[in-house]
Formats: sequence, C-alpha cells, structure tokens
Amino acid sequence: MNDGLPLSEIYPVGEKQPDRVETQGGRRLADLTLNALVAGEIRQEEFAITPAALRLQADIARQAGRETLARNFERAAELTAVPTDIVMDVYEALRPGRCKSKAELLEKAAMMRERFGASLTAQLIEEAADVYEARGIFRFRF
Amino acid sequence: MTNSGVPNRWRRFDVWDERPLRLDKFAIEDPSNGFCAMQSPNDPNPSLSIRNGLVAEMDGVPEAAFDMVDRFIANHHLDLSVADEAMAVDSLAFARDMVDIHVPRDKLVRLARGMTPAKLAEIISTLSTMELAFAQAKLRARRQPGNQAHVTNAKDCPLQLAADSAIAVLLGFNEIETTLRVARNCWAAALACAVGAAVGKGDALFQCSIEEAEELRIGMAGFTSYAETVSVYGTEQAFVDGDDTPWSKTFLTAAYASRGMKMRSTSGAASELLMGFHDARSMLYLEARCLCMQRGMGVQGTQNGGIDGAPLANSVPGGGRELLGENVLAALLDLECASGNDASTTESEIRVGAKIMPILMSGSDLITSGFGAIHRYDNSFGASLFNAEELEDFLAVQRDYLLEGGLRSIEPGEAWATRERAVAAIAAVLEELGLATVEPRMSASVVAASGSNETETLSLGQVGAISDAIKARALTGADVVRALAKRGFMDEAHNMHAMLLRRVPGDYLQTASIIREGRVVSAINDPNRYSGPGTGYIMSAERRAEIARFRDAVDRAAVLEQEGSIQRDEQRRYTLIERGDAVPGNDPMEIVIGLSPAWNVSLFKTTAEHPLSAVLRALIDGIKEGGGRARVVRIRHTADTSFVGLSAARLAGSGYGIGIQSKGTAVLHQRDRLPHMNLELFSMAPMVALEHYRALGWNAARHASGQQPEPIRIPYAGESLGGRFYVRTALLYAIETAAADSTAAAIDLEARFT
Repeated sequence: MNDGLPLSEIYPVGEKQPDRVETQGGRRLADLTLNALVAGEIRQEEFAITPAALRLQADIARQAGRETLARNFERAAELTAVPTDIVMDVYEALRPGRCKSKAELLEKAAMMRERFGASLTAQLIEEAADVYEARGIFRFRF
Repeated sequence: MTNSGVPNRWRRFDVWDERPLRLDKFAIEDPSNGFCAMQSPNDPNPSLSIRNGLVAEMDGVPEAAFDMVDRFIANHHLDLSVADEAMAVDSLAFARDMVDIHVPRDKLVRLARGMTPAKLAEIISTLSTMELAFAQAKLRARRQPGNQAHVTNAKDCPLQLAADSAIAVLLGFNEIETTLRVARNCWAAALACAVGAAVGKGDALFQCSIEEAEELRIGMAGFTSYAETVSVYGTEQAFVDGDDTPWSKTFLTAAYASRGMKMRSTSGAASELLMGFHDARSMLYLEARCLCMQRGMGVQGTQNGGIDGAPLANSVPGGGRELLGENVLAALLDLECASGNDASTTESEIRVGAKIMPILMSGSDLITSGFGAIHRYDNSFGASLFNAEELEDFLAVQRDYLLEGGLRSIEPGEAWATRERAVAAIAAVLEELGLATVEPRMSASVVAASGSNETETLSLGQVGAISDAIKARALTGADVVRALAKRGFMDEAHNMHAMLLRRVPGDYLQTASIIREGRVVSAINDPNRYSGPGTGYIMSAERRAEIARFRDAVDRAAVLEQEGSIQRDEQRRYTLIERGDAVPGNDPMEIVIGLSPAWNVSLFKTTAEHPLSAVLRALIDGIKEGGGRARVVRIRHTADTSFVGLSAARLAGSGYGIGIQSKGTAVLHQRDRLPHMNLELFSMAPMVALEHYRALGWNAARHASGQQPEPIRIPYAGESLGGRFYVRTALLYAIETAAADSTAAAIDLEARFT
C-alpha cells in the first residue's frame, strides 16, 4: 500500500503525503481547514482516523520492523467501524469472569466477524476463549 | 535535635534520626516474599523448546502447564524465526554487545524478539548501573528525549487546569496527563486542559486518566490525544485481580488506535507485590514478562520503571538499578519508554536527585511519566518524584551536566502572560458554549495563584455541572475550536485544530511519537542511532543556550551594577582623602588598617552586605576601644589579604596591622611573621558581622599593648558558602586584583565620616 517507498518519503503522512489519506466522508486532508471548521462545515467525526490510514500506518510499522505494532493497527482498522458501545461491550466480555462460558465469548467473536468483518479481532477473541477455558477465567467474580 | 536518651548510644544517631531519609522504610531482601529486585533464587532459568513450529516449553514450563501470561508471550511476543538463534546467544556476550558502540541497535532489537522473559532478565542482571545507563543511551527508541507533566489540582478547577497546562507547554513538556479528585469532573478537566495545552506553542499531547470507556469517549470527542492507563501485570493472578487479561488489554489497545489515540501500557516493579500475587519471583523477571506481553499486544510503548510500585522497589537492595534495568528492557524490546520517575519514592532529596541521574544521562523518550508541574498537594495522582516546588532544581541539574531533560526555565513576565491568556481562553470558551460564567475575581485569583490553596474559583459542584453538560450535549473539540475562534483566540483555535487534524493520518500512533515545532517526531523519522561520541542526540546551540539561561544568573556587569547602586550612599557616609606616600610609623600603639586597592574606588560593600564605611568604622572603633591608635592606608601593589595585612603591619608603629579586602576578608598580622602565618584570619567573609570587625580592631590593640587576646570565632552553621557566594566573590576579587598596581606604593588616607 505504501508502494515500497522508503519511510523517509511517506512519514509523517499528514505532513509529507497528505493526499494519501481521506476522511471517512471522503474529503481530502487539505479541505479540513480551520476556516471550514469555524464556518461549521466540518463535524468532529470528520477528524476520525480511517481504516485506510491505520493500514498505511501498519505498513510503516512493519517496514520499520515492528510486526506486532502493525498487527495492532490492523485490528484497529477493523474496529473503526464498530460503534463505541459495542467496542466497550466486547472489551467488557473479555475481562475476567464477565462471560460465564466459552460459548458466550465465542458469540462475541462471531458478531465481530459477521457484522463488522473484523476477522483479526474475532481470532483474538477466539484465542482468548480457549485460554480462558483452560485457565478457569470464566469462573465467578461478581 | 532531640536526644533519644538511650544510654550508651552515640548522639550522632539522634542526628541521623532527624533526617528526612529516616521517614523512608527500607526492606530486608527476602526473595520468598517477593522482596527481591533481580535474580531471585525462584526465577526460572532461561529455556525454550520449539516443536513443529510451536512453543513446547518456555523458561522451564511445559506448554501444557502454561498460565495465561506464558501462553500470551508464546503466542504473541516470541518471534520463532529468530528464537533459536536468540536463545543460543550467551547472555553475558549479548550484554556486552548492548554496551558496545560498534554493535547496532537493530541487531540487538531483532534478537530480543526471540528471547524469553527469563533470558531477558538474565541479560539485564549482568549489567551494572553505569552500563545500564549506557545501554539505554544506545537502545532508546527516539533520538531527542522528551518529558511528561502531571497537571491536576485539588479543586478540579478548569481555570487552573488551563493555566497550568499552558505553563507545562511553556516549560517544554511534550505530554500532559490529568486526572480528577471527583471522577464526574473529567469532561470539564479534559476540555480545560485541551484549551490550556493549545496556548503558546500548543504542541503537547494530552491525556485524561479515567475509567477506560470514559477515557475512550473523551478521546473520541477530540479533547485528548493519548492514553497510558492500560496496566499489565506479570503474574496471572495479579492480572485477573487487576480485572483484565492480556487479551482484554490487547483488544483495548486496538480500540484506542481505532479512535486515533496514541496509547502506552503501564507496568513496573513491585506492582505484583502490591497486589499480593508475586509468585516469589524477582521484580525484574516479572517485569520482563510484562514487557514481553506489551510487545505482543502491539502497543507502541510503555510507562515503566516502577510506577506505583517504585517506592517498594526502591526499598530493597539494588532497587534503583532494577528500575533502570526495566527501562532498558523496554527499549531493547523496541518499545517507547516513559521511564517512570513519577511516583514519589522517598523523602530524601538526595535520593530524588540520585534516582533521576542515570536516566537523565542516558536520555529517555519521556524522562518522567509524570513530572508534577503543579504543587505536591495539587497532584491528584499523589506527589511525583519532582514537583513544581523542585522544578528549578531539575533545571539546575540539567544545566550542570548539559543533559536533555526536555525543560526550560521561565521568566515571571512570560509566565504571567501565559496564565492570563490561558484563563481568558478557557473563560471565553465556557461562556461561549454556555457552560459557565467566570467572574473576573476568579480569573484574577487563578492567574496569580501558585496552587489551588490560593484560588477563589468555581466550586466542585459547579465544575460537576459543567462536566455533565459537556457530556450531555456531546460537545467536541470542534465545538471548542469554533468557540475559541469566535472569541478571537485564533492562535489557540489554530493549535487545537492542528491537533485534531493530526488524528486523521494517525502519524502519532507510531512508536515514541511527540509533536515538536508543529511536526510529528517519532522513532520512525527521528530514530536513535547512538554509536558513541559525536553521534545520537546532540544538543543544538540554541537548546544549549536555553538550558544555560537561568533565573537571576549574574555576570560581572550585574555585580558592578549592584555595587554602583550603593556607591552614592557610601559617598554620603564618608570620604577617604589621600595624604601622600605612607612611611613606617613610630607610635608603639599605632595599628595600621591596610585597605585593598579597589576599596571605595569600585567596590563598596562586603559579601556579607556590610557597607565598607561601616566596616572601616568598626575596625577603627575597636582599635580605639582597645587603647590603640588607628591609621588607615591603602595598599596598592597587591590585593592578596595576607600581603595587604603584612604590608600594613610593617607600616605600623606597633608592628601590628589589619589587612582587609573589599569583599570583607580580613587578616590580623604582625610585621615579623611569615606572610601566611597570620595572627587571625576572617576567611568566611559572608559570615562576618560588624561586631567581629570591631573585635578584630580591639584584639590588634591588645596585641600592641603586649597582651594575648582570645582569637575571634566566627559562627558557622555549615552553610554552602561556595554555592552561595563564590560567583560574586570571584567577580569582586577580579575587580580588586585588576585595581592593583605592582609598582604603586602604599598611601596614607584620612577617613572622614559624615
């Protein structure tokens, strides 16, 4: 996605290659001026990071040798489409003892995969479900 | 000092008992109860077996017996493509490579990805404190160090938060972290700090430490730009008691990135000990587990080096070294390191200075993960290692060693203007958004106040109402930018808009990102490639000048100006009339007072601030009272006290003379003695009172009449005379020596007091 360009040419993207990213509403970075904001033409949501930007940052991290950071950005790219309430609901489900069974947690994984196409996130949840079962993390806490 | 009254106990122990240090508690090393910094006998030996491309055994634990921490590290941290090579490396050889300028950072970081926690802990434990600091200079991620501030106050007052955030930016902090006394106030605090942080350079990243869901929402609203509350623990039970798992934290890490927020984890020595589940392992081994997990989670960085457990780590032998070792380990794992030094670990200021020193020398992505930019009592996280009270001490250390601590000194004028601007901006925003009416007396009290004890401001209830309204009305950073612009705060609107704009491409999500001069700077575009002298971070001439500037520093011109200011007063008090070349006298009771060359010519007071007229009068009066007759001469060929004194003695009919320099150093001499074998010397001029000069005159006269008076003792309580006075002394003495003329003879003076 970064066309194999060296990091020095594309990073920081917002300063060196701002046209590589668009807002969620499809606007160019250059259009998000202070004047437009003051004139009420831009809503806060327009300043949200996009999946494409996160995947570009993942490429940059990977090229710098940071594979695990890149994977995090790729999971994050999936979560951009997930409403905050659901994000917090899944987070809550992953905390110890919130789900009482493996099946309950697997449901969340399925939801992430089917409803949001978040397969990397779903894999993480499925892995957690296995470990939680093996380690008794589903035990009662409150 | 109290007397303990214990029989047969040297009273020096009573003196030690009174030191602030004695408020600190020290723990006896006890590995089985977790009180062990490094190398516990219970730590596993490093090992790793890989079968069929899967981890079969790690650090002595077979795969089937993995707890969730082991499992997460095996699945997400260990890079099996380098693991065999990495685990085969001799730990001592690897440690030597860490301090070898010829071995590049990349090589070490690559191998660390394949190392188990026990292997990493073993490597770190072979390094001395000095070697750890050196390794950190080489391994830390970003080239130019930074620093982070805590900005909070006991009243959760948004006006003060804005003013103190603006001050933090002015001081040079790259990140600002706030939290609350009352959780409900978080939205008001976030808005206030965001506005304050937009004043001036307006380039600090900002976080509001609060419950995760709320923190995420505040971030999404555009008020905050980073988070660091994602705690990680090194044992399964501590993790579960912390109400999380490595997977829940991994999910949260992605959640923050998905909202465009920079995020780092928190871990550090003794957190497991504080939580009661330490598995009898050493602090370093448990932290190695934490850091491997963090790398596996894909978080860009860590806040480690003790944190909440730092005081406990510092209570055991080698605790300070362990805390530094943790920071090095974070860097070795290629994580941004916000190197702790936040929680106050000690009541001893010496231990505070010692604790900061190695990391200041090595540099760090963020030297502290929370320097209290506010008063200790205003810090809602608890007092920091360094606080507003000690800010100038930190600046002095930075200046002494020309180390990059990220901060600069500020002048009263710019501080006042910055606070006025920040308070005006937040007041305008609160009014414009219909959140509160800020009375002028409130603004005035906050601008002037050093801390919340001095403010007359919104009540906690009022702040709560503001906070509720921000949340209920779903106000955002965009709304605040509009309000700022509408009220004419265009610079602040611009800065805050720029911060919002940076979120879209997400450049500051990369490792060790901060904003500097309006640009994102991180381990990607400012990587640390230190490889010995002349490489790595080198302070620019401008930055060096900034660090060199110090409030109330003096130079020769300043000292001369001070002298000039009392010259006129002195001219009213007395005149010294020249009466020709001085010749030896005959009167057996004659005492000669030899004045130094610049006395009343260019210098007019002693370092003890006595006007020279008063000193001369005291000497003359003392001589008279002792039955002598005083004669005043100016010695012109030397400024050295001993020689001024001896020259005076040789002119005196009695053979006794007093030599005195303008800075107040005085000597009582006798004509037949060797130059430095004087009778009495006042060497600590700053401590000498007028009565001592009078007594010296009296003693001179008693010597003349053949008596042996008791020498005068100048009281001294151990003040650092060098630190307090040497700058002035050196400058004054240079003026004195410049006034000497080796060919000039002594001349008689007539002192006329008016």
